[in-house]
Amino acid sequence: MRINEHPIIDFDHSKKIHFTYNGKSMFGYEGDTIAAALFDNGIRYFSDSVIYKRPRGLYCAIGNCGSCNMQVNGEDNVKTCMTLLEENMEVISEISEDKDD
Amino acid sequence: MINRDLVIVGGGPAGLSAAKIAIDAGMKVTIVERFNQLGGQLIKQTHKFFGSQLQYAKTRGFDIANILIDDLAGYDNLEILLDATCVAMYPDKVLTIYQNNKYMKYKAKSVIIATGASEKFLAFENNDLPGIYGAGAVQTLMNIYGIKPGKEVVMIGSGNIGLIVSYQLIQAGVKVKALVEAASKVGGYLVHAAKLKRLGVDILLNTTVKKAIGKEKLEKVVTVKLDDNWQEIANTEKEIKTDALCISVGLSPLHQLMSMAGAKMLDVSELGGYVPKKSCDYETTIPNVYACGDVTGIEEASSAMVEGKITGLMAVKHLGFKLDNMEKLEADLNDQLCILRQGPCGEKIRCGLKKVGEIYD
Repeated sequence: MRINEHPIIDFDHSKKIHFTYNGKSMFGYEGDTIAAALFDNGIRYFSDSVIYKRPRGLYCAIGNCGSCNMQVNGEDNVKTCMTLLEENMEVISEISEDKDD
Repeated sequence: MINRDLVIVGGGPAGLSAAKIAIDAGMKVTIVERFNQLGGQLIKQTHKFFGSQLQYAKTRGFDIANILIDDLAGYDNLEILLDATCVAMYPDKVLTIYQNNKYMKYKAKSVIIATGASEKFLAFENNDLPGIYGAGAVQTLMNIYGIKPGKEVVMIGSGNIGLIVSYQLIQAGVKVKALVEAASKVGGYLVHAAKLKRLGVDILLNTTVKKAIGKEKLEKVVTVKLDDNWQEIANTEKEIKTDALCISVGLSPLHQLMSMAGAKMLDVSELGGYVPKKSCDYETTIPNVYACGDVTGIEEASSAMVEGKITGLMAVKHLGFKLDNMEKLEADLNDQLCILRQGPCGEKIRCGLKKVGEIYD
């Protein structure tokens, strides 16, 4: 959900940047971090907690908490809130598929 | 090994202000900034600042960031490293900086730590559900990327950040369903609270969040009333439907680099947590390592900018560099800090600073 009208800020959402998330095509805008673009695409569940595999979402958005770490273009544990989105990026979540509970 | 007169860790209001003084005196300076742009948290502050004209009162935060950044243009004795993280500092002032998948070693004659703070968390059941954010994250999404953090938001904490972010959420078209505050009165400035009340925001005092409900994302929060001893009152639980919960219960200093290098640290609750013990020259217990801004005690950007200038000046002075009217500048800056910290709003910070040895009054 982008903000279209704002009393103070003009947002430039003119240039689309395409990427894939877990194989699915999505787009964000120039200047977005990966996390911002994912959030705008409705993604809320970003990662699992280490031991109990509880769902974790974006929390701090400035590189402190590590909740948004994902695999980006083959590199593991990238802070998606600190990494700018680039055309044709391949983003894969590190959410585990088999869970005990 | 790259040699510098001064390495500044953190490109927010404190670090940028320190850099300006040091480069004016001719020092060879490097600023290390983790994000892809300078300005720190100022870049998402859309409100006009209070305080004195000297600290850009009545100017919006992001405009202040641009002023500070523009002030650094055109110096060939300044290096700015963006997307760069200082991952280690050693007692001999060697710093390891990680940028573009490479580790670099810097050897600095002096270091200014201006790393700022991180947001505190709050303990309640399911507090890790997606949909629960720090107030700073909500500001980042809204004011930098132009994204609504949710359809509706419940805010925890009525300090200035909680109040201002609530107002900004309304400006962005998000409904603020309730603002929850554990104390019996609003923590921040009444002028901000009054604005929210006029807009019909429900401010729930003596109330906290007991638990969050949802499967893979937040669906509801349960609030509960607190008595005078901060204990939950039975049968006062209330469910509020919301897709976002924003936590704004204070900040704590990002002290790790100084702790790692072995500087003496003190736990001072008035300042937000672990802060370095400092001399009146803003020097930590490691010679020629200084600290300024929120990392030395949680305050506002206004005082961070003045502290930045003072630490910049101390680095200049201790390494034998010169500026015009240095003594007068130092006295003026110390006066400015006193003014910013006077009155009942500055009482907590004054009390905290006395404990770390900073003398300013």
